[in-house]
Amino acid sequence: MTSRKSVLVLGGSSDIGRAAARAFAKAGYDVGLAGRDVAALEPDAADLRARYDVEVGLHQFDVLDTAAFDGFVAGLPALPDVVISIVGLLGLQQNAESDLVHATAIMRSNYEGPALILGLFAEKFLARGSGTLVGVSSVAGERGRASNYVYGSAKAGFSAFLSGLRARASRGGVHVVTVKPGFVRTKMTEGMKLIGPLTVEAPVVGDAILAAVENKTDVVYVSGKWRLVMLIIKALPEAVFKKLKF
Amino acid sequence: MTLVSGWGRFPVVDSDVLRPRSFAAVGEAVSAGTVARGSGRAYGDAGIGAVRTIAMTGFDRVRSFDPATGRIHLEAGVLLSDLIDTFGPRGFLPFVVPGTRFVSIGGAIAADVHGKNHHCEGGFGRYVDSLLLRTGQGDVIEASREQNADAFFATVGGMGLTGIILEATIRLRRIETGWIRERVISASDLDAAMRALEASNEATYSVAWIDCVARGRDLGRSLIYLGEHAGRDELTEGAAAFPVGRSSGLSVPIDLPSMALNRTSVRAFNELYYRMGARRAGGSHVVSLYPYFFPLDSIGDWNRIYGKRGFLQHQCVIPQAQARAVLGEILDRVARRGDASFLAVLKKLGQGDGILSFPLPGYTLALDFPVKGDILNFLDEIDRLVVDAGGRLYLAKDARQSRATFEAGYPALSRFKAIRKSLDPGGVIRSKLSQRLFDEV
Repeated sequence: MTSRKSVLVLGGSSDIGRAAARAFAKAGYDVGLAGRDVAALEPDAADLRARYDVEVGLHQFDVLDTAAFDGFVAGLPALPDVVISIVGLLGLQQNAESDLVHATAIMRSNYEGPALILGLFAEKFLARGSGTLVGVSSVAGERGRASNYVYGSAKAGFSAFLSGLRARASRGGVHVVTVKPGFVRTKMTEGMKLIGPLTVEAPVVGDAILAAVENKTDVVYVSGKWRLVMLIIKALPEAVFKKLKF
Repeated sequence: MTLVSGWGRFPVVDSDVLRPRSFAAVGEAVSAGTVARGSGRAYGDAGIGAVRTIAMTGFDRVRSFDPATGRIHLEAGVLLSDLIDTFGPRGFLPFVVPGTRFVSIGGAIAADVHGKNHHCEGGFGRYVDSLLLRTGQGDVIEASREQNADAFFATVGGMGLTGIILEATIRLRRIETGWIRERVISASDLDAAMRALEASNEATYSVAWIDCVARGRDLGRSLIYLGEHAGRDELTEGAAAFPVGRSSGLSVPIDLPSMALNRTSVRAFNELYYRMGARRAGGSHVVSLYPYFFPLDSIGDWNRIYGKRGFLQHQCVIPQAQARAVLGEILDRVARRGDASFLAVLKKLGQGDGILSFPLPGYTLALDFPVKGDILNFLDEIDRLVVDAGGRLYLAKDARQSRATFEAGYPALSRFKAIRKSLDPGGVIRSKLSQRLFDEV
């Protein structure tokens, strides 16, 4: 056991997960990386150890296997100081419109799984009286749009869950951060047409998450421009909004 | 197909850009006419596949690091900027850094990049212990000075044409601080500049900035920047041992109209720059390694300053014996032409390490020109001077030299071609540059 602070990254193999892990390791945190395929996380663990001389543990975690969550939390060698959930599934809106299995996977991966696991950690953190929970949600959750409302509605649910959890947990010394990255150039968005000035690279998100944890920020828009964009999108009257194709 | 260009934004050509996520996927992505691309900082067409370009910057993991020896094993897409930011504060720096830190390890090996210390410490390849190469034939081989030595020396400086560099093990230099003790010398003409560079052969780092607009008796007037790694005791009280590498926040958000850099504006800038530098000349002071090594990195997208049509960097090296006469002639022609060359850098080089490495003992001169008018003809004439003097052009900067210039400059080419053939009998690995300069047509 070290006396250093520790962070657990759920979704450690994603680009944002890797970036967050690097940002925290650079700041001196020991790191736990959790993902479906532990072997695939090994190169990232080696990278963190070599770069920052921190301790890195790997944990098997599947966000859809909610039955295993209790065991997952109980099986950790120590309760971390910070837990970050980056898991999510963008999916394909068009398929999700008629394929219930796909739609369910999107809803569960973006809402049910992340909310339940952070909720479990919240109980442990409240019992301890300290800790920070970070949920990576999305600007897509602020208003359901024609082009991605299955994903957006799940993110909306997750954002609402985080908001409520934050209000409750703040009285118990536990902080909850909601991150809304906007467009990020990652594996997930590869091939998508992203709007240049509204798009950031994954390391920017990693640094923003670290800053939010250290500064106890509640809701983070990684690029401030998104706050404005979403303000406008949310203000559009429904009669106008429903005519938009985006 | 995607339109792709190098840092000079000329030429802009079609290539199919793929971003594989695993080495296995890299192997699957290689097909006829493929080359790897790192950070895209080669100026011309070196980092663009004849048909397909494999973007490598996603491979950015460090595999292992031994602080006792400074030996680091990493994936080829790691950027030098990342390496410096991460290991600098731990007291380690790459032995060789080029004028920008935003290059990948794979790119630095492929171009065998040189820094301000080439005259005494050699190029990037000298500090590469081994590399992992995926050849055009489909083999993944480890190459070092001991094992597959031909492949190793062909890959160092080989512009990515021996295969895809996947990983490398390199040595880092131990540093006490991230600061450089800089000494500025002002030289009133080319003779004085070259004398000053000769006299400072012992300096770890040296480079001269030349005012290319100055003519007549001012021709070749320069500021020479010498540098040594500063020790802890040289820092002012309370200074951090390692500076923060911040960008200035300045960037060039749009393509400037091509007239923005004209004779008058460059002359004014150069005059001011020279006078300010000359005022500082003589004494020494301690500066952060970031502005010392990477003065232009602090201005984002500075390549846009030359306008939409892009620019050409002409970087030649002239063997020592001929250097004074030929450089004088080149500078005179550039000054008389009056074409704005914002950046002109003069530097002493030593022996190169790779078969196609650019450096040879002598002087290198780098000049920037906007793409317009008869610039291509003008540079062809400059090339004749270079070739006649036994010099050559740097492939990492090149977008336009002729085959004849290239072949005259690189006499070891036939050996390189033979090794390349043995690694890639089918000729799968090809870039736009190799199509232009190497491949049978």
